Amino acid sequence: MDWSALSVSLRLAALTCVFLLPLGILLGRWLAVARFRGKGLCEALVALPLVLPPTVLGFYLLQSFGREAPVGQLWMTLTGGGLNFTFSGILLASLVANLPFAVQPIQRAFEHVPHNLREAAWCSGLGPWQTLLRIELPLVWPGILSASALTFAHTLGEFGVILMVGGAIDGETRTLAIAIYDRVQAFDEQGAAQMAALLLVVSFTTLGVVYGLAGRRRWARG
Amino acid sequence: MARLQVNVQQAGPIPLDARFGCLPGELLALVGPSGSGKTTLLRAIAGLYRPQHGHIECAGDTWLDTRHQHSLSPQRRRVGMVFQDYALFPHLTALANIALPLRHLPQPQRRLKAAAWLETVRLKGLENRYPSELSGGQRQRVALARALARDPQVLLLDEPFSAVDQVTRRRLQRELARLRQHISIPIVLVTHDLEEASALADQICVLHNGNSLQQASPETLFRTPASPSVARLLDRHNVYQGQVVESAGTHRLRWGNVELDVATGLEGLAPGTQVAWYLPPSDIVLHRRGRPSHGERENPVAASVDDMLVLGSMTSVALRVPHGDVLRFDIATHAARRNDLTPGAAVHVSLLAGGIHLMPGQGDDMTPNEKRTPI
Repeated sequence: MDWSALSVSLRLAALTCVFLLPLGILLGRWLAVARFRGKGLCEALVALPLVLPPTVLGFYLLQSFGREAPVGQLWMTLTGGGLNFTFSGILLASLVANLPFAVQPIQRAFEHVPHNLREAAWCSGLGPWQTLLRIELPLVWPGILSASALTFAHTLGEFGVILMVGGAIDGETRTLAIAIYDRVQAFDEQGAAQMAALLLVVSFTTLGVVYGLAGRRRWARG
Repeated sequence: MARLQVNVQQAGPIPLDARFGCLPGELLALVGPSGSGKTTLLRAIAGLYRPQHGHIECAGDTWLDTRHQHSLSPQRRRVGMVFQDYALFPHLTALANIALPLRHLPQPQRRLKAAAWLETVRLKGLENRYPSELSGGQRQRVALARALARDPQVLLLDEPFSAVDQVTRRRLQRELARLRQHISIPIVLVTHDLEEASALADQICVLHNGNSLQQASPETLFRTPASPSVARLLDRHNVYQGQVVESAGTHRLRWGNVELDVATGLEGLAPGTQVAWYLPPSDIVLHRRGRPSHGERENPVAASVDDMLVLGSMTSVALRVPHGDVLRFDIATHAARRNDLTPGAAVHVSLLAGGIHLMPGQGDDMTPNEKRTPI
């Protein structure tokens, strides 16, 4: 069992969720509520990582993370380090690759909140933030839960993008999914089997817990 | 003055040209067919819709003044709004729904006050029910309590009885009438149900295509509609065209081949003037066979029964006069039977002079004239 790979995977998945959820809530709500020209284009951009081959996405990220590229340069001035083949790099790549998994369930959930509930909240004296906090977020909670579950589980399983951007540096960018591939390449089937089973259990448990939680709201029955 | 005064105009996308007012403790019904702008006007009062031009004032505060780029947000207008489908927060219990507008109070007081409102609308014991666990009528009452809990300066009701069955509707209407004793703010009710409006409202404002055609008490409105359009929107059909004539020194109204006495309104009109007139159905008196009846000498008109429709204890009668116009009125079914009313039968009626209402200068079509109708 490659414990450092497991640790990298869990850290990556948790941090991706932490950074992506607030973004997913804001972006999802905006896409659900706003009406503007070019909205379809925005939605397509968000959904792109779903259909793009991970190697293609990884290739473009690798290009833009380079020291001569704008993103790489910006990161350099901000932190003094590079992005390619670092944990920060795969985290940034993971944020991009998981955007649709975080945004889409939340956007669908916001779309199902009737607009007159917002208006009723305003007429009850609640400002926009209070309305979001007390009315909208409790109602879109199942969407947020499934967005977190999908993002977490998908990050654990991401392979192509991470390999392109991060390589397989032990303790830094080698995730469990990559470690399994390495084990198989090294004909260590038992090691690969252990880690594959672990990934299966973790993913299944995450999804099970989340979907179980989402179905337990008394007010949604009846 | 704690009155509500609304005056809004815009060319589009929803055309509006409406002016109406409502005194504290008074219930004003906005009545009109669907698409007449009723709900839009209600939303404009609440601050949920911003018309291009207008002035809205309530309890001495200016809520909207487009000339000075002034518009208060819904949060700052202190309106109690009951939405058509109630818009209860599904994730909050009945008590929490009502407590939400009370967030300025400390927690224990908030609960007490919300519980008191729940009791006022007779829902004590249902504090912890979620909206999905309440009946339609109970939901409406929670919505009403939530609207009132904010201690609003105006209560707005958007078709509040349309989502429940007939029996519940009657009960809720009685409930609202009872509750009004405790409410001393203007109440604006949007409805397309004329019966509901005349039963509940002190004042009715008739709307058509965003225009406010007339505001008056139900009695005044049903007896003296300002124009043929108002009469038609109020489902009043006895609107005719006549001509002012002078005979033996007095002005009379010629209608087909008969000349009618009119109690008021003719003096100022020159002979020869074409004028639209209306007669409330209650002022058409059927002459009994063989026996003189009250007012028989007043404007007697010969007619034949054109059509009869028995609706339970009342019968709807249409009489055709020789020159083709049709008089409609309702009489008790037993009276229709006693008088042998059958299609084709010849009858005599009196058109009471005091009921004839002249609408000079009003065409029979929906003309821009209506915009000048005094409100």
